[in-house]
Amino acid sequence: MSVLFVLVPVALVLVGVFAAAYAWSARSGQFDDLTTPAMRVLHEDPARPEEH
Amino acid sequence: MTATVDASRGVAATSCAHCGLDVLPAERRISDGRTYCCAGCETAATIIRQSGLGDFYALPDRRSERVVTTGREYTEFDHDSFAAAHVTRTSAGLDEAALYLEGVHCASCVWLVERVPLAVPGAVRAELDVTRAIVHLAWDPQRTTLSAIARCLDRLGYPPHAYRGRRADEVRRAEERVMLTRIGIAGAIAANVMTIALALYSGFFSGMDGEFVRYFRWLSLALVTPALIWPGRGFFTGAVAALRAGRLNMDVPIAIALAAGYAQGAVNTWRDSGPIYLDAVGALIFLLLVGRYLQHRAQRGAADAAALLGALAPATARVIENGVVRELPSEAVLPGMLLDVRAGDTLAADGVVERGSTSLDLALLTGESRPVAVAVGTKVFAGTTNLSSPIEVRVEESGMTSRLGRLLRDVELGSRERAPVVLLADRMSSYFVAAVLVLAIVTVGLWWSVDPSAALDHAIALLVVTCPCALAMATPLSVTVAIGRAARRGILIKSGHALEALTASGTLYLDKTGTITEGRLALEEWRGSEEARTFVLALERHSRHPIAAAFAASWSDVAAPDATEVREVLGAGIEGVVAGHEVLVGRPTWVRERVQGGGPVRAPRRELTPVLVAVDGHIVAQAGFGDPLRPGARAAVESLIRSGWEVRLLSGDTTEVVEGIALELGLDHSRAEGGATPERKREVIRAARAYALPLHRGGALRPVVMVGDGVNDAAAISAATVGVAVRGGAEASLAAADVYLARGGIGALGELFDGARRTTAIIRRNMLIALGYNAIGVALAMMGIIDPLFAAILMPASSLTVVLFAWQGRTFPRSAA
Repeated sequence: MSVLFVLVPVALVLVGVFAAAYAWSARSGQFDDLTTPAMRVLHEDPARPEEH
Repeated sequence: MTATVDASRGVAATSCAHCGLDVLPAERRISDGRTYCCAGCETAATIIRQSGLGDFYALPDRRSERVVTTGREYTEFDHDSFAAAHVTRTSAGLDEAALYLEGVHCASCVWLVERVPLAVPGAVRAELDVTRAIVHLAWDPQRTTLSAIARCLDRLGYPPHAYRGRRADEVRRAEERVMLTRIGIAGAIAANVMTIALALYSGFFSGMDGEFVRYFRWLSLALVTPALIWPGRGFFTGAVAALRAGRLNMDVPIAIALAAGYAQGAVNTWRDSGPIYLDAVGALIFLLLVGRYLQHRAQRGAADAAALLGALAPATARVIENGVVRELPSEAVLPGMLLDVRAGDTLAADGVVERGSTSLDLALLTGESRPVAVAVGTKVFAGTTNLSSPIEVRVEESGMTSRLGRLLRDVELGSRERAPVVLLADRMSSYFVAAVLVLAIVTVGLWWSVDPSAALDHAIALLVVTCPCALAMATPLSVTVAIGRAARRGILIKSGHALEALTASGTLYLDKTGTITEGRLALEEWRGSEEARTFVLALERHSRHPIAAAFAASWSDVAAPDATEVREVLGAGIEGVVAGHEVLVGRPTWVRERVQGGGPVRAPRRELTPVLVAVDGHIVAQAGFGDPLRPGARAAVESLIRSGWEVRLLSGDTTEVVEGIALELGLDHSRAEGGATPERKREVIRAARAYALPLHRGGALRPVVMVGDGVNDAAAISAATVGVAVRGGAEASLAAADVYLARGGIGALGELFDGARRTTAIIRRNMLIALGYNAIGVALAMMGIIDPLFAAILMPASSLTVVLFAWQGRTFPRSAA
């Protein structure tokens, strides 16, 4: 069980990495608009302009 | 929605090929074998098909909405002064700007707006933020202009406006990003401390080596410390600020609980004995931050008068100096200057007409639907639009001292001064806080005589278990969920307080022009022959007058010969020769002066504007123009009255017109007030609020709701308990309002009121649950039978219940409209 003395700090370091990644994504504005991207993803890519 | 596409292929289709709404036979337009309901839809459809965007009609969730365009040229968007304020140049040589769009509401709008670059060569990127209706554009200044993109957006039914809130936006966004970061950090810490706590609790029952217990306790302490110092710091500063001001707020018990819980945890960890509540401290910080964040998002910023003025007055004005016309930014226009105002221009300042005569559209300022004739010596106001011929205006007041400026100042004051509706949670919080603090002291006092060593532990247990998490989250969470659902139905609720204020029915003031009517002149009555129609149409083609536009809109399927010797007489009518006949179309008095005989069949309904038609000296036809009621307006008003609302009309239009509309709506004429200036509207609303009846003795006052669409309503909207702006409204009324109905008309009002009532019911239920949990917790803590395991289960359980109820509640219908 003494492996916990190593594993828990390792896990906590990982937590730190993920928290830092999250902080970066929040600060770079990825959570600013949560509605539009959800709608955008449902549409296909724009077709090339063509004559009708 | 796909059904309308198929149906529209046939010439006899009864629904519009673009918007899918029913087409009135009188307004049917057919082109390319497709049927359209109006010129707007026809233009939009043409742009869409020519740009290869025909797939738009196959989108599954397209919302039916008639295309509303302004037909403006947007040349001010290309001006240097506009560019200096709104356009940024990127390193790649592209220009970028943000525009605010009217009429954006759903996923298909995202699709269409973001494909504008395909319709305008040179436009590089369009990104829409649908919840705030703001599009971020990038274009190549060598190949296109912002005005070209703006025109395209306008023709598609999304009239753009300069977006002036960019700076305030950035501040707000930065704030939200910081809050989100804090939530994330606090959440990561809370989750890990709880995991460790779980290990400790298991060990508590099944036995654990002392060294592990010590290890985990120290780990908890090490994890919670940064959470308290960084994300949790706000609670301490808030509590200190409140105490300094001599008040109690939610921050006070939170700060005490956090500090006490942490101190006790630290001491017990050090002493290596006694319970620690560090997991509770971590969870507390996280959950409370989530509540704060949701609350922050549900609040709205106050309106800024200067920014609004900039949006409504034109960006530039033509100034005549020593006979030379010079274009100046509107801000540089000063009293004493002489302005050259051409047809189609919007006045930049208040003044007196010095040369020329014309008719002005005052709709923006006063809500009057008919054009008003002005001549030398008439006082004219900023924000009105010149409809027919050039005039010269000597400036008397400009900028913030103009009538428009003062009106917008009122809007700003109204939205700042608005006595904040005290939310239920806030009303309760100071009592709650006081009660918890008293109970904690009582607990210490009682246990001191029994067991001094346990007294402090029990008091801390009480503070932790009465954590106002659920109480603090109950309101913002329910409100946020309701706002999200309402938005999908085209009801944008900008401030959460509106939901609570709309729980009970009260007095509802409706603006007329543009709110319950279409807001445009339309031919409502025609007595005359087929032949007379072609004569009228031939003449009116040469005019820019709204009457001419209304004729053209109604008779788009009538072919007309060419007219010659056309002469338009200002404020009177138009005359000319069509197919060898002399034709007069105009005001009854003007036409009668010029003919020998032939009378009108019958006087038109008095709320209609009459127009006579004479051919070769004989009156042959008569037309009546009005502003038609929106479909469904009557049914909406009837159902509002049934649910207990006192419905009144408050309009700037003439009394006859307003009373005529009241009659059509089934309202008594005593409930209709016409001729109300914007200032008068504000006074009416203020008086109504002053005399509003309480719901029950000593209870909250019944709400006074103002629904409107123009600048003339903005001051009244910001003075009301809850202000509602409808689609197509000017930016000022949008900024002043708490709720924006993107669907147009008042059909969504009933849904809004129902949703508000249900949301408040859910909030109340959540509060009761939270208080119930707390009551049990307090009792157990005071009796001293609470243990760490129980505290740890009870606290998140109450929050979870509240979250579940908020999510499950039926507030607004779940599907998109």
